[in-house]
Amino acid sequence: MQLFRCPFCGLRNETEFLFAVEAGHPRPEPAESVSDEEWARYLYLHKAPKGHAREIWLHVTCGEYFVLDRNTITREVLSSEALPGIET
Amino acid sequence: MQKYSALSLVRHALSGHKNWRPAWHKASPKEGYDAIVIGGGGHGLATAYYLAKQHNIEKVAVLERGWIGGGNTGRNTTAVRSNYFWPESVALYDLSLRLYEGLSRELNFNVMLSQRGMLIAAHTPMQMEICNRIANAMQLNGVDGELMTAEQAEKVVPLVNQSAGARYKCMGGIWQGRAGVARHDAVAWGYARAASSLGVDIIENCEVLNLIIEGGAVTGVETNLGTLKTERIGIAAAGATPGLVQQVGCDLPIHTYALQAFVSEPVKPCLDTVLLYLGTGTYLSQSDKGEMVIGGGLDRVPTHGQRGNLPAQETVLSGMLEMFPAFGQLKLLRQWAGVVDVVPDSSPVIGPVGPEGLFINCGWGTGGFKAIPAGGYLLAHLLATGDHHEISRPFDLDRFTKGRLIDEAAGSGIAH
Amino acid sequence: MSGWRHNSLGSEIDRSDELSFTFDGQSFTGFEGDTVASALLASGTKIFGRSFKYHRPRGLWGKGAEEPNAILDVKLGSVHAPNQRATTTFLQDGMDVYSVNAAPDAKHDRFGFMDRFHRFIPAGFYYKTFMALNWMSYEPSIRRMAGLGKVEPAFEPPADAAHVDMNCDLLVIGAGPAGLSAAKAATHSGRKVLLIDDAPSPGGSLRWRGGEIDGQPWLDYVEHVCALVRDAGGQVLSDTTLWGAFDHGMFAAWERRQDRPDRHLRIRANDVVLAAGAIERPLWFANNDVPGVMSVEAAMYHLNCHGAVAGKKILIATANDLAYPAATAFANAGVEVTLVDSRADAPRTEDGIEQIKGEMLKSAIGSPTVTGATIGGRELSCDTILCSGGYTPSVHIWCQAGGKLDWDENRDVLVPRPGTCSLKVVGAANGEFGLAQSLRSGHLSFGRDDEAPVSDILPPSDQMPVRPDPSLAGRQWIDMQNDVTLKDVGIAAREGYKSVEHLKRYTTLGMATDQGRTSNFAGLAAMAAVTGKSIAETGTTTYRPPFEPVPLAVIAGRRRGELFNPLKRLSLESLHQKAGARFREYGGWLRPSVYGVGDEQALTQDEARCARETVGIFDASPLGKLEIVGPKAAELLDFCGYIKMSSLKPGRARYGFMLSESGIVYDDGVVLCLENERFIVSASSSHVDGVRFRLEDARQDRFSRDGVAIHDVTQGLATLTVTGPMSRELLSASGIREPDLAHMDVAETEFNDQLLRIARISFTGDRSYELSVPVRTAGELHARLADGLKKLGGCWLGLEAVMILRAEKGYILVGKDTDGNTMPHDLGWKGPREKRKDEYLGKRSLFNTEAESENRRQLVGLQVGDGETPLVAGSHVIPKNRKRQSMGFVTSSYFSPSMNRPIALALVESGLSRIGEKLACFNDNEVREVTVVSPCAFDPQGERLNG
Repeated sequence: MQLFRCPFCGLRNETEFLFAVEAGHPRPEPAESVSDEEWARYLYLHKAPKGHAREIWLHVTCGEYFVLDRNTITREVLSSEALPGIET
Repeated sequence: MQKYSALSLVRHALSGHKNWRPAWHKASPKEGYDAIVIGGGGHGLATAYYLAKQHNIEKVAVLERGWIGGGNTGRNTTAVRSNYFWPESVALYDLSLRLYEGLSRELNFNVMLSQRGMLIAAHTPMQMEICNRIANAMQLNGVDGELMTAEQAEKVVPLVNQSAGARYKCMGGIWQGRAGVARHDAVAWGYARAASSLGVDIIENCEVLNLIIEGGAVTGVETNLGTLKTERIGIAAAGATPGLVQQVGCDLPIHTYALQAFVSEPVKPCLDTVLLYLGTGTYLSQSDKGEMVIGGGLDRVPTHGQRGNLPAQETVLSGMLEMFPAFGQLKLLRQWAGVVDVVPDSSPVIGPVGPEGLFINCGWGTGGFKAIPAGGYLLAHLLATGDHHEISRPFDLDRFTKGRLIDEAAGSGIAH
Repeated sequence: MSGWRHNSLGSEIDRSDELSFTFDGQSFTGFEGDTVASALLASGTKIFGRSFKYHRPRGLWGKGAEEPNAILDVKLGSVHAPNQRATTTFLQDGMDVYSVNAAPDAKHDRFGFMDRFHRFIPAGFYYKTFMALNWMSYEPSIRRMAGLGKVEPAFEPPADAAHVDMNCDLLVIGAGPAGLSAAKAATHSGRKVLLIDDAPSPGGSLRWRGGEIDGQPWLDYVEHVCALVRDAGGQVLSDTTLWGAFDHGMFAAWERRQDRPDRHLRIRANDVVLAAGAIERPLWFANNDVPGVMSVEAAMYHLNCHGAVAGKKILIATANDLAYPAATAFANAGVEVTLVDSRADAPRTEDGIEQIKGEMLKSAIGSPTVTGATIGGRELSCDTILCSGGYTPSVHIWCQAGGKLDWDENRDVLVPRPGTCSLKVVGAANGEFGLAQSLRSGHLSFGRDDEAPVSDILPPSDQMPVRPDPSLAGRQWIDMQNDVTLKDVGIAAREGYKSVEHLKRYTTLGMATDQGRTSNFAGLAAMAAVTGKSIAETGTTTYRPPFEPVPLAVIAGRRRGELFNPLKRLSLESLHQKAGARFREYGGWLRPSVYGVGDEQALTQDEARCARETVGIFDASPLGKLEIVGPKAAELLDFCGYIKMSSLKPGRARYGFMLSESGIVYDDGVVLCLENERFIVSASSSHVDGVRFRLEDARQDRFSRDGVAIHDVTQGLATLTVTGPMSRELLSASGIREPDLAHMDVAETEFNDQLLRIARISFTGDRSYELSVPVRTAGELHARLADGLKKLGGCWLGLEAVMILRAEKGYILVGKDTDGNTMPHDLGWKGPREKRKDEYLGKRSLFNTEAESENRRQLVGLQVGDGETPLVAGSHVIPKNRKRQSMGFVTSSYFSPSMNRPIALALVESGLSRIGEKLACFNDNEVREVTVVSPCAFDPQGERLNG
């Protein structure tokens, strides 16, 4: 059972969280000027890094999305922080 | 290759088993190859075998960073089946099942294919409708599949929970008689032995560090054992694939998760079929040794670590006992996890990627074992001809750009 | 018959309490405190079972979970437990125990002849043969031969093991000397300790080896430490097996409790001390598997704890000092003892004990049980051989927690490599053997050097490493349960299965129910011996949970039956029950499927007909209600929806879709605009959370948080939907004031001084009112409507009838009438895709190659010929008179009472352009003709809806 820190609620069991997406995927807009390739890259392509990963997670219990830094091999959690510009 | 048979066993017994030779030659790297396969699991070894056998390309190396068959090939619950919804999936998985059906004799290595039948059990009228959707899709695609009633299901799985307190009673489901299980290690070893006898170099403890690209085409690989030249590379490395192709600037639609499997202490035969329960998401079969082999959903946190986590264990095992309360008498003997490469539509990615001469076969997620013969067959075709076999074409990476995903869960409501 | 009961030894049995039991049908007695193993041993039983492959007789080897041979099925009353270790099963009066893998019993096994063919069935033989025919022709008989115990089909163990989350300051695993002294020192330094041990009482090896600590008898020391731990606020748990180390410092333990259900403990600790001890290694000589060959440690345990003496004439074979106290103990108990030590410079045994130095045991003699042994060239007679090939530290939990191992040549053990894991490992688990060393190493984890406990037992001198010897004649067993011999390891090596994982998989070595406790080291040593490599070069297999086999029922816990994925329940469930409802699961909710007694289909038809003729009511409470409030509310809805909502006026409602970013219809539902900047999004009952999180995602990613808030009010409101031509009359008959609402109007008013939201929206195609009230007034609303219903001759509608009504109108159910490829334009909703200029979820995907394709599957109706039965849902649509190929499938199919004919919805390739075309429908190899029609079969002009 892994423990993640929701920036709003504190340490909670992994069962309260959902992985959303790797961080750093801005949505390409407007749709009219986005190529098929660009859109597919946004929708589907990831790094699935071995080691350090920066990801967006959802704390299901409170409904807040946040940024989690962790190691995907050792499962060590490095940091968790609210989305940019949000106070906790 | 030493021929295996009852007779050869007797002959070797009489000479004290002193004269057995290595099942596959422990090769060391040569300078160059016609084709290099990265990954010595089932898919990689099968690829090398079919390259040599079907395409007469024998100067082939399989590079394995550990010991062959040590990844997901040796970490799965050994089910083989082709009970799929989309015609593309049926074509792929049934090719695999058909190859499995002749595999022991073809490889002269008993992979113990046991076509004991598989039931996907449904619990609500709505699930039964969806099972019917799949059963009909299978029939239209020329594969044996039928809808089973609750009464028929109880006959093939007599201990299943039909009590008043059951959370998920079995209303019936989809039955595929040709589905079953095979011995996972034997598949890897059988392909390795056959490939090796055709001249393929199987190189263990050889880790690929870099793909070498010149002028937009692959020219070799750099490994811990030195640089090997080749103009054709096939990657069959499951969760390690994204890391390899990122070196040449390509991202893949893959996340990696741990998938656990569980084995109980062995008991005398009491479950003759493979069973997948839609309600609990748990599936199981009983091995020839008598152990219950149990699987279920993915661990919820993406990872590259081959370790299972407790919450998923509790969920899978409670699901198993919900299906079979009498199995509460059993103990958990072993548990392990594999790192599976999951694609958004849960279908594999087979085809060219990046520089010329580079091909991948990955994204099998939770279902790669059943596809080993087909995965190898199709990747070999790509490496040999540079072009898709018609069965692998729909599984090309370009489906994400076109939006033509092959999503079983979406088509049928039932994930792999 | 060689085992016997000593008349005074046995500190853990109660001779005043005699217990009766049977083994393989024969009656035996034992005492309270006995294990099945000790009771049978004391009664002279030697053959406990048969081996897996060769069906060789198997005797008792060990004392705990490491026992590979004495595996039994145990019945007590209605309780049946297969594959129990005789060594860990405590005797109870009336127990019936049976040997496994033997027929009719362990003594007379009819498959005993298998051993004569052993040379033809070596390791991996099955990979090389059984290929002439299909494997299935050989498999059934092989399966019958395999497996150990039997599952009793009629016995379903209760789902009663609680899952308990525990937190502690310091977790000490193992209450032997090292664990105890660590716990004591830690308590002194102010720590709160959770001390866990898998035996029924703390003490570890002290229980059978005894000794004095700090001048007091060992038992006083144990009690003293346990009292200290408890007084400091800690806890001591016996009969508790710590079986797994998981991520982020989580440990799992299985606690066994007398007369109460077992518990599954999930422990988190600030610090962990591992004092799991060590397991004795066997010795390797020819026929080292014959019953009567036993572990020294186990024999001592049975002797001192239970007074069960293994034999009358005992040979002890060893190469270390730790076996010497056993020789003394057995001699004192009146046994004729000979000790063989392979060390030429071995210490002297006590007087009266014959000793042979510098010699190895070459073979055991005797069949079916031990009658002697060969040493050098001589034969010695004996009835029991006790072996000690040294000890293997129990480092499982260390490795599970991520720790690495080093090979220690001097001590001949794999020990934890310091710094690779945060656990502290002490005592024998760290390769520190002997009482004095164990105590000291435990103490030093928290205490000062000069305060370390002292004992009267001296540290052992150097042992001599013992290895399987390939040059020895005869068969040496490496894995006793799975019948793996040294020769099998040789075959595996010759065939190239040299990696330890390949060795394990090819020979099944270490895969028995003892999880390799007695065989893994032997396997490594054997592979090292046959390949001429060192143990360090050979490597180890991976250590994974469970440390010891754990009942599945304990890990599964109480999450079974109605506690497995618990259903959501309606607040009005009991009232529906009274009205005769039958319930079924719909998307995780338990809802009325139909009301009344009799044939479900006929009742459903009656309900649907009644709703079309007069009026019906159904409970729509599970429908999600997400309140979206704030100046940016409309903008958020526009972005998250396919249909624009910003133009919606207060008091009005509009149907819409939510798409995924891949353009697929994720959910549909009505959005109500209650006032400016305040909306309610209705989500399908099973998609409420999904819709909420998608809205939250957009809100948090794209909008300022002050601009809009999302509030899920689903649980607080109950919704009853009144539908039918007389729905308005029903409201007035029930005394509910209806503001004059047009179709798609919504108003908030009051009922019983509480909020009543009335929305005139329809899922049936008839005039309908959705009445939502706070849950606490729902009962009253239900009563009033029920009264009105009686007056007007209407009825309650189960979900099945509602399904028919909505299908008649061509209204879809997302996930049933759509699949994971359905885009809104496939459902006929083309407008926004063609016209919307602004961004919205999924927009870009609606224009990829596939979305633009000509032959997308689109929603249509299917009509069958007059008098025919309804199509079967899940049938596939195929071309008429052409190659059978799926063009889509039937998603919904019913007999329509209003139309008096079957109706069906289907997703069909280019369906919308095929209206009027004749196609075929395929179901289980039967083919019927169908005509493609509009999805809307009932009231296509919408007169009833708007009237």
